[in-house]
Amino acid sequence: MALTLQVNGKSRSVQADAETPLLYALRNDLGLVGSRFGCGTGLCGACMVIIDGKPVQSCDVPVSAVVGKQITTVEALGSDDALHPLQQAFIDEQAAQCGYCASGILMAAKALLDANPDPDDAAIRIALEGNLCRCGTHGRILRAIKNAAKTMRGI
Amino acid sequence: MAQAKEAAARKLPGSLETNRRLDRWLKINSDGTVTVTPGKVEIGQGILTALVQMVAEELDIDVARIRLAPATTAYSPDEGITSGSRSIQESGLALRHAAAEARGLLLELAARKLGVTLEQLTVTDGIVSARSGGSVPYWELATPDLLARESTVDVSAKMPAEHVVVGTSLSRVDIPGKVTGKPSYVQDMKLPGTLHGRVSRPPGPRARLKSIDTRDVEQMPGVVAVVRDGSFLGVVAEREEQAIRAERRLARIAEWTQGEALPNNDPRNLLQLKAETEVISEKGDVSAQGARQFNAEYTKPYIAHASLAPSCAVAQWVEGKLRIWTHSQGIYPLRGDMAQVLGLPESDIVITHAEGAGCYGHNAADDVTLDAALLARAVLGKPVRLQWMREDEFGWEPFSSPMVMRMNAALDDRGNIVNWGHELWSHAHSTRPGGKGGVNLLAAWHLEKPFSAAKPGNPPLPGGGSHRNAIPLYEFPNQKVTNHLIRESPLRTSALRALGGFANAFAIECFMDELAEAAGADPVEFRLRHLKDARAKAVIEKVGKMANWKSNEKGDGERGRGIGFARYKNLAAYIAVIAEVRVEEEVRVTRLWGAVDVGQAINPDGVRNQIEGGMIQSASMALKERIDFDSVGVTTRTWNEYPIMTFVEAPEIEVALINRPEAPPVGAGEGTQGPVAAAIGNAIYNALGARLRDMPFTRDRIVAALSA
Repeated sequence: MALTLQVNGKSRSVQADAETPLLYALRNDLGLVGSRFGCGTGLCGACMVIIDGKPVQSCDVPVSAVVGKQITTVEALGSDDALHPLQQAFIDEQAAQCGYCASGILMAAKALLDANPDPDDAAIRIALEGNLCRCGTHGRILRAIKNAAKTMRGI
Repeated sequence: MAQAKEAAARKLPGSLETNRRLDRWLKINSDGTVTVTPGKVEIGQGILTALVQMVAEELDIDVARIRLAPATTAYSPDEGITSGSRSIQESGLALRHAAAEARGLLLELAARKLGVTLEQLTVTDGIVSARSGGSVPYWELATPDLLARESTVDVSAKMPAEHVVVGTSLSRVDIPGKVTGKPSYVQDMKLPGTLHGRVSRPPGPRARLKSIDTRDVEQMPGVVAVVRDGSFLGVVAEREEQAIRAERRLARIAEWTQGEALPNNDPRNLLQLKAETEVISEKGDVSAQGARQFNAEYTKPYIAHASLAPSCAVAQWVEGKLRIWTHSQGIYPLRGDMAQVLGLPESDIVITHAEGAGCYGHNAADDVTLDAALLARAVLGKPVRLQWMREDEFGWEPFSSPMVMRMNAALDDRGNIVNWGHELWSHAHSTRPGGKGGVNLLAAWHLEKPFSAAKPGNPPLPGGGSHRNAIPLYEFPNQKVTNHLIRESPLRTSALRALGGFANAFAIECFMDELAEAAGADPVEFRLRHLKDARAKAVIEKVGKMANWKSNEKGDGERGRGIGFARYKNLAAYIAVIAEVRVEEEVRVTRLWGAVDVGQAINPDGVRNQIEGGMIQSASMALKERIDFDSVGVTTRTWNEYPIMTFVEAPEIEVALINRPEAPPVGAGEGTQGPVAAAIGNAIYNALGARLRDMPFTRDRIVAALSA
């Protein structure tokens, strides 16, 4: 069936069954491969996107459930010419090893900073409860998010 | 003797010795770029950035001029496997030499063209200038056949004091693409007409397919082919979710025999199994008694690589030849095994590396590649992308072997160790493709005409496998180290970060603390007094200073600190770690300090990133990780059952590098594993006065140790 999704500010049509996980529609139909498959059960956060302002694991949300909602993926976080402060901070802190977790974490962090521009260390850690990183880049990622928050507050 | 020395002197550095043609490594392009084609691959460790630095340094060009080509059997040098923290030594030193030699050849051409002597020339970003005037860029000098020659020995790379790019923290070349959501992994590849595959595995390693009627599944929406070959069962569909749905149906309707029951999964079960025993170190009088005798037994369970991305490959058959994209760590050994299974000459298979998630050793990267090729054979001409499901990855990746370490020692009346014994029991730590006399790919064992696995084994010492880091770096007058290798294992085992070095260094370093306490000595001082190696002492002293270690410091029943040390493989990085823990409901590691000597640090921030990551991963393994199985197969299948360290739990980390530009560069990826686990074990003892000798250090074990 044809479904119309609002992705990164644009209406996009997807031919898929109603129960198709949003992640596959994003990756395979819309070519937005920045959201990644890690577990398929919402336990690792590699597929995290923002839906109506909330961070959501796109691997276990059926595509039919997000029709009419605003979906934002890492591809729309910034542009190559104008990186989002979070992306710039990840580069500045070299906050990745393999990087497979990075886009999901960036989206969780964006949702956090949009809701709370000045989170303390504990708030950032809790906001990333749904995201796993296996390479052990936690310290750099936490630093990068703190630095991005400062940049966004104009400090 | 003199001849042997001469032969050694004629040896080329690193992998250049076995891949001598310069154009296998480098190409100077007329458009002002330099193509670099290493055989080692990026597995999230940042190696490609370090290699770029080494080439830019020797050629005197800006790093932005370098283009990295993916490793491929079509043209890359065969560098075996990217593992063992050897990429800097093998690929880096080869490229350093090749680039220095290329520079020399270019300068000769420049001298001729400009009519001056070599001494007159300087190079700035590839522009060769004569002091007397006149200049010419590399790109005009380089002829197509310039590097079509074998490397020679008589080349000198720059002295460390001349380095301007090496030794700086150049930003990783791959991070911008990864944080902007660009296609970065084999998982993201999309060739025109790509179909999706999934494989339906048996319930356990000894189960075999009894019967299945696949007709219903073949009629499911989008299904293009159902593949059955013996007990290998898979499906190809137009859409990914269709392949997954069809695989789930296959799993429901397939009938499997269970096979012989698996034994229980207590690591001590190893002690009951048939072992090959080898004394790997013996010196002095191994029956020396001393004044007091001590012994202790340590264990680690099966643990998983648990890559964040389930393994993935893309395969396509075109006119009887096979194209593969894979995140394998060893494209050439993989090609050899694939050729055997598929009955093709190696030359008909082209394997190209494409990055996956961090793998930390031999995970399912190779296995999924054969799976994809078998499924693609049913849809000739079409590319098939196959990503394992999370349950497949936990259930079927090769695990790190369980181990048992039995330690004994004697102290003299001054509290010095006068005798040391270390016996270890383990399955093999190296069953990668490329083994002799068999095929090391999962699906190959399930085919109608099955292949058998190569005999499981270990890399030889000094690096070693299960016996890695079993011979202590400490100086004891009498010692005996014995390796009991149990080749047959209920679950497949292979290389995971540091191999046996993780558990051996853990046991050695915890036992050193037990002995220090018995000797009434401070753990730091006790280590230093048993060491002669100055670089070893330096990292221990350094980490003590960083953490403001107090002699004989005591925990308070809740908080405690401990130390661990090892020189990785006894020949690479020196690493000392202090851990601070807080024991509440569970053990929390609150802080880690690390002092590290990797010789010349090519990219200091890259080294730190690897060290920090290794520290967190090791802490996660020590505290939380264990693969469980029942009589049929692996029962740990999700992140719920295999928790790893989270952002809430991650400790503060401080790392100091002792940079030694004059010492050869060595890898940084694996050396923290044992020291961190030991430092945590020692910190728990320091906090509670209870010794945990079995990993992981779970709540149940804390409770048991406290009530013992």
